[in-house]
Amino acid sequence: MAGFRLHLGTILVLSWRNLWRNHRRTYIMLGAISIGVWAMIFMTALMRGMVDDMLEQGIRNLPGHIQIQHPGFLDDPSVVNSIPEPAGELLSALNRAGAMRWATRIKLPAVIASERESRGINLVGVEPDAEADISGIPAQISAGRFLESNQDQGLVIGARLAQRLETRLGKRVVVMSQDPDNNISERGFRIVGIYRAEMPALEEFNVYAARDTLQELLKIDGLVSQIIIVDENYRDIDRLYRKLKQSIPASLEMKPWYEIDSYLAAMFNMMDGFVLVWVIIIFLALSFGLVNTLVMAIFERVHEIGLIQALGMRPALIVYQILLESLLLLLIGLGIGNSLAILTIKPLESGLDISMVAEGMAMMGASSTLYPSLTLYDMVLANTVVIILGILTSILPAWRAAKMDPVQALNTT
Amino acid sequence: MKDISLRLAWRNLWRHGRRTWLTVGAMIFSNTLLVFSISLQFGSYEMMIDNSLQAYSGHLQLQHPRYLDEPKMRSALSDVAASAERLRAELGLTSISARAAGFVLASSDERSYGLQIFGVDAKHEPLVSTLPGLIEQGRYLAPGASAEIVIGSVLARNLKIEPGDELSFLGSGFDDSFAAGVVRVVGIFKSGIADLDRSMAQVNLGYFQDAFAMQQRGHSIVIRAPHIDAVEQLQTRVTTLLGDESKVALRHWDDLQPGLKQAIQADMTSAWFMYIVLIVLVAFSVLNTQLMSVLERTREFGTMMALGLKPSRLARLVILETGMMTGLGLLLGITLGALITWYVSQVGFSYPGMAEMAVKFNLPERMYPAISLISLTLGPGIVAFGSLLAAIYPALRLNRLLPIDAMRAV
Repeated sequence: MAGFRLHLGTILVLSWRNLWRNHRRTYIMLGAISIGVWAMIFMTALMRGMVDDMLEQGIRNLPGHIQIQHPGFLDDPSVVNSIPEPAGELLSALNRAGAMRWATRIKLPAVIASERESRGINLVGVEPDAEADISGIPAQISAGRFLESNQDQGLVIGARLAQRLETRLGKRVVVMSQDPDNNISERGFRIVGIYRAEMPALEEFNVYAARDTLQELLKIDGLVSQIIIVDENYRDIDRLYRKLKQSIPASLEMKPWYEIDSYLAAMFNMMDGFVLVWVIIIFLALSFGLVNTLVMAIFERVHEIGLIQALGMRPALIVYQILLESLLLLLIGLGIGNSLAILTIKPLESGLDISMVAEGMAMMGASSTLYPSLTLYDMVLANTVVIILGILTSILPAWRAAKMDPVQALNTT
Repeated sequence: MKDISLRLAWRNLWRHGRRTWLTVGAMIFSNTLLVFSISLQFGSYEMMIDNSLQAYSGHLQLQHPRYLDEPKMRSALSDVAASAERLRAELGLTSISARAAGFVLASSDERSYGLQIFGVDAKHEPLVSTLPGLIEQGRYLAPGASAEIVIGSVLARNLKIEPGDELSFLGSGFDDSFAAGVVRVVGIFKSGIADLDRSMAQVNLGYFQDAFAMQQRGHSIVIRAPHIDAVEQLQTRVTTLLGDESKVALRHWDDLQPGLKQAIQADMTSAWFMYIVLIVLVAFSVLNTQLMSVLERTREFGTMMALGLKPSRLARLVILETGMMTGLGLLLGITLGALITWYVSQVGFSYPGMAEMAVKFNLPERMYPAISLISLTLGPGIVAFGSLLAAIYPALRLNRLLPIDAMRAV
């Protein structure tokens, strides 16, 4: 064992010195590895940032990490498919489950009309206290105030909708929707707040009122459309979901966000796959150069390798020496590439303005500012792939070098 | 002379066959990948534009100048049907149709929903939009002014109605009066575009104008060009026809669907970032190979210079070698890329989760790459250019070579 360690020390020195015998070649290869690794991590951070943003926006719009509703509601979002406000066992289960926040809401298609225009909207009856955690709208109020209590008589609409309706803060508008008997209920509301959303389309679509006010308007006392549950992190809700599952009566349906919106789920699931494919493609492009470098390094040293073999160095040690050379090259390249990536991403973390393509991003469900997200997972993945595949691709040239016949090798010049 | 250079270069390449193949291999890899993904990109952009525009908005629209920013009932054009007729005659193009649009609350026996209602010219609408051809149940509107309506499939499901049922609607008319009516559902369309299927309905233009007290007014004249490439030319012709008419604005599909172009731009940008990284890596590979090949021939080059060869001639030799390598990579890469792309264009391309994403961009569940001269040569061309660029440094080093020193080099 001691002998082996001695050898290892020796071949480490040998590998290191060999690397710098042809420093130009090493520099070029380091340049290639660094750029490759930088691109892997940089691009991944941008994509990750964009997808995170899409998911967050998307989940806020659903809203919630878990929804409980009438089984027919998602397909037919009508007042007919309402559920009673949670009581009894369900209520205590919701309180016990340890979710960060839960609240009930009413969500119905409706028509809003000013003196000049009318529009189809999504009328949302909320418990105002919980909205900061659920949809984030209270933080996006640009004029006036958000709703203050479950009985608030006011209405909060988006800035673009206000513009479309040619109305403004303090004005009255009429809201019409269907009650359970398919009669049109309508009443006037005063606009008490205007909000601005990241997604222009939502600003035009979602209109907020207090829950109890809507119950009264639609004659659905004690009924709501959904129970919205929000936890600390949308990635990790399965435990909460399982806990609640036992207490949900069969007449209700409970769904996590990834079952409600298949686009979001696809984005979420695809991201890891995308990162892996991207990292591997870059690595493949690099691998040709890596193998080439090793092949050349070995070719130049055929004579020398023959000599040390003739002097008694075991073939295995030659393999180790060449693999170590490759590993050193990769490690330095990774070091530079990772540092470059961190250095270029950090300044961008305050947000990259991509409003030039804002409407295109909106189509994808992302906002017009991109916040790159550098995650440990992605960095570890990129580095692991490069090291493992790098060593694997180096095995063949190394093995070939070790297999050379010393006599022939000594005779080459 | 030329011939000797060519033969020298070719033979030099194969002095290190493995090295040359590894470098060419890097090119083939990148070229194949570029050909495939650029073709796939072009294919999906084309489909995205076609599907989105043909479904509804058309390539060009004449609108009231304010209508684009404020799509309100009052921002109307006068005499739309007559204007559309005139345009058809003057342009010699039949795929031009007039529309009017409004918003109503529609009620069936069981349900009420807000919906976007369009008055269309039943005769010409099928020529500008694919919707009339996507009727799933019943039939499309018959020309005339009868009280019939076609609605989207999701809307029909939500309203719980079928062809033959009646639908009553309530909205406000052009003069702020109540616009109300009862129409019979004659057909249900399914476009696959969620927005349309969920919230759109069409009635005859004449009926719409009566119900909404629009007189002869309407909101847009939709023009569909025979092909997307013909749009610009058509735009110029219509602009000339309009002259200095200030009450009408001609809108290009970029304006009508700004998200579409920008989504493509955003996708392009990220794709090109990836392509450029690939290309730079190939260039590094070439730089490495050529620099090594120059350095190991220092002695040989010294001798050749001593024999009277000018450094520039040697530099040309190195560039020629690179050119040959690049040519080989280009040829093989394009061939392999074209083969793979062609195969995929026959069977289609899909990956898990793509279907969910595709719907968002009006794309089908499988994508088909579009092979064109550009998609075949664009990426590989840039790879070749980058490779030749990378050979400049090794070639230039030759100018610094002194024959005496060079010949002594090991």
